[in-house]
Amino acid sequence: MSTVTDNKPQEPIVPNKSSVPKPIKPWKATPKQLLPDFFGALGAVVLTLAVIAFSPMAGMLGYILTFIVISIITAASISWIRQDRKAAANSVSTLVIYFLAAFVLLPVVSVIFEIIRKGAPGLSFGIFSGDMSVTAPDAPLNEGGLLHALVGSFYVVALATIVSIPIGILTALYLTEVKGKAAGTVRFFVQAMSGVPSIVAGLFIYAVWMITLGGTYTTAAGALALAILMIPTVARTAEEVLKLIPTDLREAGLALGATQWKTVALVVIPAARSGLITAVILGTSRVAGETAPLLLTIGGNDAMNWNPFSGNNAALPFYVWKNFGAGSEFSSARAWTGIFVLMVVVMVFFTIARVLGNKKG
Amino acid sequence: MHDHPVSIIENPSRSEAPNPREITTEPRFSDRVFRAVVSSGGFISLFLLGLISFFLLFNGLSIFRSEGLSFVTTFEWVAESVGDGTEASFGIGAMLYGTLVTGFIGLLFGFPLALGAALFLSYYAPEWLKKPMVLVVDVMAAIPSIVFGLWGFFVLMPQAVEWARLINKYFGFIPIFSMPGDFYTRSPFIAGLVLAIMIIPIITSISREVFAQTPLDRIQAAYALGATRWSMIRAVVIPYGRGGVIGGAMLGLGRAIGETVAVYTVLNLVYDIFPQVLVSAGGSVASLIVNKFSEAGEQELKALMAAGFVLFIVTLVVNFLANAIINRTARQG
Repeated sequence: MSTVTDNKPQEPIVPNKSSVPKPIKPWKATPKQLLPDFFGALGAVVLTLAVIAFSPMAGMLGYILTFIVISIITAASISWIRQDRKAAANSVSTLVIYFLAAFVLLPVVSVIFEIIRKGAPGLSFGIFSGDMSVTAPDAPLNEGGLLHALVGSFYVVALATIVSIPIGILTALYLTEVKGKAAGTVRFFVQAMSGVPSIVAGLFIYAVWMITLGGTYTTAAGALALAILMIPTVARTAEEVLKLIPTDLREAGLALGATQWKTVALVVIPAARSGLITAVILGTSRVAGETAPLLLTIGGNDAMNWNPFSGNNAALPFYVWKNFGAGSEFSSARAWTGIFVLMVVVMVFFTIARVLGNKKG
Repeated sequence: MHDHPVSIIENPSRSEAPNPREITTEPRFSDRVFRAVVSSGGFISLFLLGLISFFLLFNGLSIFRSEGLSFVTTFEWVAESVGDGTEASFGIGAMLYGTLVTGFIGLLFGFPLALGAALFLSYYAPEWLKKPMVLVVDVMAAIPSIVFGLWGFFVLMPQAVEWARLINKYFGFIPIFSMPGDFYTRSPFIAGLVLAIMIIPIITSISREVFAQTPLDRIQAAYALGATRWSMIRAVVIPYGRGGVIGGAMLGLGRAIGETVAVYTVLNLVYDIFPQVLVSAGGSVASLIVNKFSEAGEQELKALMAAGFVLFIVTLVVNFLANAIINRTARQG
């Protein structure tokens, strides 16, 4: 038996198949060992159908519940008979965990499916060119549009980003570069801040902007509310990114005689640039769909408002909320179309953040 | 430079030697400015949290004064004193109770699912399935709450009403599942289901982080002693990660308590406490604020600020505890 030691894929000569020793995988189950599992699964399916046929159980839910119970019983008894109680516990837990994981996937699939099914029919060029200033929410779908909401959303999110980038990144720099005495405390409070309910952020801005400063509903107020929700996300992600920058780089910068400021500005931040952008975009995708704070701060508008610093404005979540509240058939369809557009926007941010985040360096 | 090495010794014509660099640990001026700017930036979050509590408390103070403790224990919400002698009174007792009930129902359904998903991703999933599944959980976290609200209302509710009927049919003898009539829509049960879905991602990701820190040698030791996968998880992973998982669940509870829009769309707000969870009557402090805000007069607005303050403090305490538990678990050897 000749042995082929170096089997490069570029080699034109294909070695005789029988001469290559097959790698042994002793841990892999042989078909014979898998046979009981196969029959167990088959038996579970058959039993489920039988139980459903002879019992009052019905519908999807009946099938699923019965199948889960029966397959768990089958798996337990098979492995108990073949091995022992411990094996039975192992196979039951394996099945349960697989079922739980599958159930986690279900709602996501359903949400995305429904958004496309209910939102896509309302899509047309018209919704990206018109607003609702002369259209009632229950008017047919070919009238009006959501451009005003798209523009409003763009303003709110852009302003919120502008406010939260410096604060978020300075916080991250404080935690990783300055490492002051209070770093632990600040980190703890930033963690806590990411749990602040969005409605509270809205109330806070209302209390400051409208009650104390006597302002009115504006896009800028909404942006400030969103910034409160965005800062912790940006700060925490940026901190993770800055932590990954090797200390060697910092020490090299300092050893070359640079001050800490120069080291951070010219070495650390450029090295972390794509990660920092990811942090910002992640924050953006978190706040783009926030509804509750906007309900309290931007006032809503059916017409276009190009000025973010004066007058009510709309935003995509607000548009969805309003049309959902109107409650008629057409307004519900409008709400779903609004959700479709909103999800596309959120997913675009999400994808950009992912792609940038996965790119190393 | 390379062709003409400059050296003080070989080049006596050069008169002035470079000043030796001052060796000091004192930061230079530019660094002091840098540190000051960054530190003040770092404290903004602290400052903001302080501002939030100050402004909400300040605006709600008169309500806390006039209502006292009954603000969180009574159920009436009367916006203005009307002619027949009914005084304006504000109590969020029922709403607080409802918030906790929906939050716990959410945890009841969401926690096992999230824990199962985390265990699956850490120890069961085949390599090819891991990445897509993590992606799905991340997408789940990115879906805005209003989307879950509408989905819950239009898609989940018709299904969940049937489930609630079945629960009532077979478990109706238990008081909390009993039913005075056919009012199954917009119940705490359905709101809890929506919340369960919304808190799965955070519990899953925290649990996964904790599981990833389980010492590999202990896992391998368990396997070497002949443990099955499940006995390994029970003997090593669960004891090690218990704190972190509990912390993750509490973070999820914090999210559920603060959730506004999704709950508001699927929950019928009633200013009374009903022990039955399948009945179309529940409460939520966050939803109360959205519900009353648009028509609130000056006095009612103050009451809403006070409600917001209570909500803020509750979520902050839950989050503090959760993070403290998680951080302690993360540090242990």
